[in-house]
Amino acid sequence: MTSAPPIDHSPQVSSADPADFSEPSSRDEEWRFTPLDDFRIFFQQSPAGDVRAADAPYVSNIPIADLRSTWVASDLPTAVARAGSQQAVLVTIPNDAVLHEPLRVALVASADLAHEHVEIVFGHHARATILIEQPEHGFVSGSIVLRAGDGSQVNLVNAVDGARDRSMLLHVHVQVGRDAHVTSTQVSLGTASLRVTSSVGYDGPGGRADMLGAFLADDGQFMEHRLFVHHDQPQCASNVVYKGALSGASTHTVWVGDVLVRREATAIDTYEINRNLLLTEGARADSVPNLELETGDIVSAGHASATGRFDDDQLFYLQSRGIPANDARQLVVRGFFAEILSHVEDPHWRTDVMARITSRLGMEHLHDEFGHDEPDG
Amino acid sequence: MSTLVITDLHASVITDTGDIPILNGVSLTLDSGVTHAIMGPNGSGKSTLAYVIAGHPKYKVTSGTITLDGQDILAMSVDERARAGLFLAMQYPVEVPGVSVSNFLRTSVTAVRGEAPKLRTWVKDFKSAMTDLQMDPEFAERSINEGFSGGEKKRHEVLQLGLLAPKFAILDETDSGLDVDALRIVSEGVNRYKGATGGGVLLITHYTRILRYIAPDVVHVFVDGRIVLTGGPELADELESGGYEKFATADA
Repeated sequence: MTSAPPIDHSPQVSSADPADFSEPSSRDEEWRFTPLDDFRIFFQQSPAGDVRAADAPYVSNIPIADLRSTWVASDLPTAVARAGSQQAVLVTIPNDAVLHEPLRVALVASADLAHEHVEIVFGHHARATILIEQPEHGFVSGSIVLRAGDGSQVNLVNAVDGARDRSMLLHVHVQVGRDAHVTSTQVSLGTASLRVTSSVGYDGPGGRADMLGAFLADDGQFMEHRLFVHHDQPQCASNVVYKGALSGASTHTVWVGDVLVRREATAIDTYEINRNLLLTEGARADSVPNLELETGDIVSAGHASATGRFDDDQLFYLQSRGIPANDARQLVVRGFFAEILSHVEDPHWRTDVMARITSRLGMEHLHDEFGHDEPDG
Repeated sequence: MSTLVITDLHASVITDTGDIPILNGVSLTLDSGVTHAIMGPNGSGKSTLAYVIAGHPKYKVTSGTITLDGQDILAMSVDERARAGLFLAMQYPVEVPGVSVSNFLRTSVTAVRGEAPKLRTWVKDFKSAMTDLQMDPEFAERSINEGFSGGEKKRHEVLQLGLLAPKFAILDETDSGLDVDALRIVSEGVNRYKGATGGGVLLITHYTRILRYIAPDVVHVFVDGRIVLTGGPELADELESGGYEKFATADA
């Protein structure tokens, strides 16, 4: 334990009005790693399109004014996006509903510059897996708000695989109800520049949030993932696991994990870890875990961060068994990400996340498990 | 019938402070069905010989040749050597987190055989190979070598040997870290490989105890990066009683 006064990493301003925020500057702690020019398009209020999904059971497109929830932004671009949005995508899972099939929500931007707002509401004791695919085209900024009702079990995947000349800026807020369990997985593969901030809050005791992330960055991509977990309820849990693989000169990723445990958040359990794998020279991964405890009356709290180079001995071992170098390298990277899977039971979730990573690695031809093989004749 | 010929092989280990010569002219011919034991003191370079044959990037061949049935092994990549029929059972097998043993072995067998094995026969072969080595079936779903005991790692190496059925097996101190029971199980696995394929074996060891289970036809004494004496199985017994001292001081 440190004796220094805690630094409060909670947002300094909370407002729905863009005028309450100053423009981000590289002198701001929150923005110091970000290439601001890549995101400046999202700082001004200018005409923009919407982001929509196909109407489907549980999914509707509604005027944003019809959303009943109140919500405030914690930075300028999120406030700008919210103020400029006309439309919202609403996903509602009724009380006690149990969805056995995953709900796929493919988002499309209506213009080159578009604002996004996705609101996901789980009723109490609802259970479902939701796979959100972010728009492939467009410069998109906005937010996803997930409200997990009491006792609900939520599996949310947010996949970003946009075109490589685009940038995207998203805020994901997860509000965990009493005894609810939320698993939220960020899969970041595409776009030229991506910044995803996530925040977690709790409505009552017994809530658990697993905030997982997998990112692959190459060819000069910039990806920033920031998390803020705010424990202000007793007997809750949070577990943050982010893994990134980087290759290519000038590729840059940033991971910042802030966990703040308030005095009243007794008997909580929190852990956060970020691991990065550097596949080539020149790529840069910044990784900053922060843990602030205002109470010592907790079950456990920990954080870890490690960035390592690709292990050539692993490559040699696999190659020495006849596996070509490229396939061997992909197996190792896939294995690196597979560890995230151990945190989730849902087979749909596993299939989707691993398929996306595998496809990005270009290794679909390597067989996975026995079940995926062609029957023998 | 295959032949692996090593001729006047010189090799260095690549370090940050420059290359250090380790092998100083190794010549050796291996034939199918014949078991050679290479015995030598620690630091004599016998493991380096194994790694150089397999093509580890940490080592650089400065002169000499290795051919397998006339093909230039040194011109091949690591995986090409394996597909050509060479196998190295490592002293310290590498952990690969997140890659299951079953996925790894099927990928490897597919690469070496050039086609995916039929699912039904594969499952049967894989299970019976594990049973032969007294390996728990749950082993298949564990990550490669991660959290394996010393004995489990060596069984896993010999499991691969049996399934990949190479022309030549190089066993680098496979006996190290094994208790008597594990040594017997692993040795039986090597003998099964020989019986099933008629392959050649190069057994690298410091101690003679594995030679009680795997009978060598030829024994070489390896000192200062080269073979200094070659004989029959009786040479191993001499080394057991006399040690390596008289060889180590030979050119001092």
